[in-house]
Amino acid sequence: MRHPSFTLLAAGAFVVATLPVQAAERVLSIGGSVTEIIYALGAGDKLVARDTTSSYPEPALDLPDVGYIRALAPEGVLSVNPDLIIAEAGAGPVETLDVLTQAEIPFVEVPDAYTGDGILAKIDAVGTAIERPDAARALRDKVAAELTEVAAKVASVRQDDRKRVLFILSTRGGRVMASGTGTAADGIIRMAGGTNALSEFEGYKLMTDEAISQAAPDVILMMDRGGDHGASNTELLSMPALVTTPAAKTGAVVRMNGLYLLGFGPRTAQAALTLAQSLYGAL
Amino acid sequence: MVALTETDRSMGASRAEIPDRRRQARKLSLVLVCLLALAIVINLALGASGTSLWGALAKLASGTPLDMMERVVLWDIRLPRVVLCTLVGAALAVSGAVMQGLFRNPLADPGLVGVGAGAGLGAILSIVLGGFLPVALQEFFGAYVTPAAAFLGGWGSTLILYRVSTRGGRTSVATMLLAGIALGALAGAVSGVLIYMADDQQLRDLTFWQMGSLAGATWEKSLIAGPVIVLSIAGATWLAHGLNCLALGEAAAAHMGIPVQRMKNAAIFSVAAATGVAVAATGGIGFVGIVVPHVLRLATGPDHGTLLPNAALLGATLLLGADLISRTLIAPAELPIGIVTAVLGAPVFLWILLKRRGLVDQ
Repeated sequence: MRHPSFTLLAAGAFVVATLPVQAAERVLSIGGSVTEIIYALGAGDKLVARDTTSSYPEPALDLPDVGYIRALAPEGVLSVNPDLIIAEAGAGPVETLDVLTQAEIPFVEVPDAYTGDGILAKIDAVGTAIERPDAARALRDKVAAELTEVAAKVASVRQDDRKRVLFILSTRGGRVMASGTGTAADGIIRMAGGTNALSEFEGYKLMTDEAISQAAPDVILMMDRGGDHGASNTELLSMPALVTTPAAKTGAVVRMNGLYLLGFGPRTAQAALTLAQSLYGAL
Repeated sequence: MVALTETDRSMGASRAEIPDRRRQARKLSLVLVCLLALAIVINLALGASGTSLWGALAKLASGTPLDMMERVVLWDIRLPRVVLCTLVGAALAVSGAVMQGLFRNPLADPGLVGVGAGAGLGAILSIVLGGFLPVALQEFFGAYVTPAAAFLGGWGSTLILYRVSTRGGRTSVATMLLAGIALGALAGAVSGVLIYMADDQQLRDLTFWQMGSLAGATWEKSLIAGPVIVLSIAGATWLAHGLNCLALGEAAAAHMGIPVQRMKNAAIFSVAAATGVAVAATGGIGFVGIVVPHVLRLATGPDHGTLLPNAALLGATLLLGADLISRTLIAPAELPIGIVTAVLGAPVFLWILLKRRGLVDQ
């Protein structure tokens, strides 16, 4: 099997060679944070389509949806006739990206890192791609200032008072899928002055009940969408995995919108502040 | 055994009718060839983008070069997809028919009894653990590692299934279905462990692949899957007489001069090869293997000589139809094709069960 990163590398090299001379007029945005940044840069009118994860701001929902970021169909992408595609890291599959390369459509992959600097780098990359450097600089400064402000507020929380936060992705079938390190959830917990209750592994994993109670989280953090996340707090906290935790004793469950909480876009500083305030009260 | 005798009786296959059936089946083949050709043209002509097949053909005829969009959409997206879809549809339907002949039961289907799960396990193993192969070996096999692993997985599970469910030359359907469930669960469990070990990139490959989709169709995949599928289908049609004799029971088949054991091995090999590369190329696509042969048996009877080629034609046509739905229904996004075949196929499958309860209770 050909290694995917080769193709990505090839695609990357290709992008450099074929960036358009004029600013792109028909932009396809893949990834919730990229779409948010494009709107924040005032270039929302250039967008012709979006992916399923792009659910904010409201006008984005009126754009045609080319599918899930990791399962893009080549002809669907071509059908919206983009002259520039800006995607978050992880867009795919490789076969679709290969076809887009052959169609000579400029493809920019925006690097993803779950830190404040990562957000600023994203804004820079998107600003360069759609040739709005001034707007990008202004947005970057604004977001940087907000991030600094949140960091300062969070720094006032005493080390001993730091809460252990457990991010639960899903509780399907009574089993807890929780976040370790290196995820967007881990990043936002740190930004909000919390400690990730699970730091022994990377990524999201299904946890055994005992490992969860061992982790002893003070607060449970979840996304507030329907489906399997719809379990009520009472149901959630009476699960065997969680019933013994400090969070269950105080009933501390925080639910936030998924894209707001984990998007690592222009709204992340506010999301971190919202989370910090639900952990520690007014800061 | 009981099952097929009953099938014959219920379909009234008296001696006088057999030549008539054969003529009907040939007529049906013609109709199916036309339908397949039609499906191929429609699939090339329709898609999320407005690219016109006719415009491109007119350009080709007049010697004008195609523009880039036409070249990419028709040559790099639609054509390889149609080729792969035709191959996989034919492979799934013929594998189903051969397996049903082998087990002498119309409910045997590679997807249903764990062969697909075994092939899937092989593919997952190669995606997650492929990195541990020596580099030289990886370079040598390249894109063939996953199909080969899927084939081995499919072959292994077919062999296990056959060993477990066949005693003294007689296959117990209940045992077969239960063994299939056990194999599926086992494959699912091992896959679960591997998914737990997989890194983020591998996980993405796996999820995409597990959903079953033809969106990743490339010329490379078609060229790998093509020869294997064509050879297995050709091999299967060559086994048709043997499968017909086997319907009368192994002893009877042996008396008719069929080298039963060798024939069964060849049948298992061809099912595993066709299912394996199909699963490796497109992920799990259900119900084609059970619905197509069944509909054909209802229409023109159980003779494998006509059943197998017709199954290839109808399987390809049906999968092209399902893919058309999956590509256009929610365009520009796509439905996974496994969902479409399940929605179309599961009700038919239930209807088969309802009509013919005797098939399972023996």
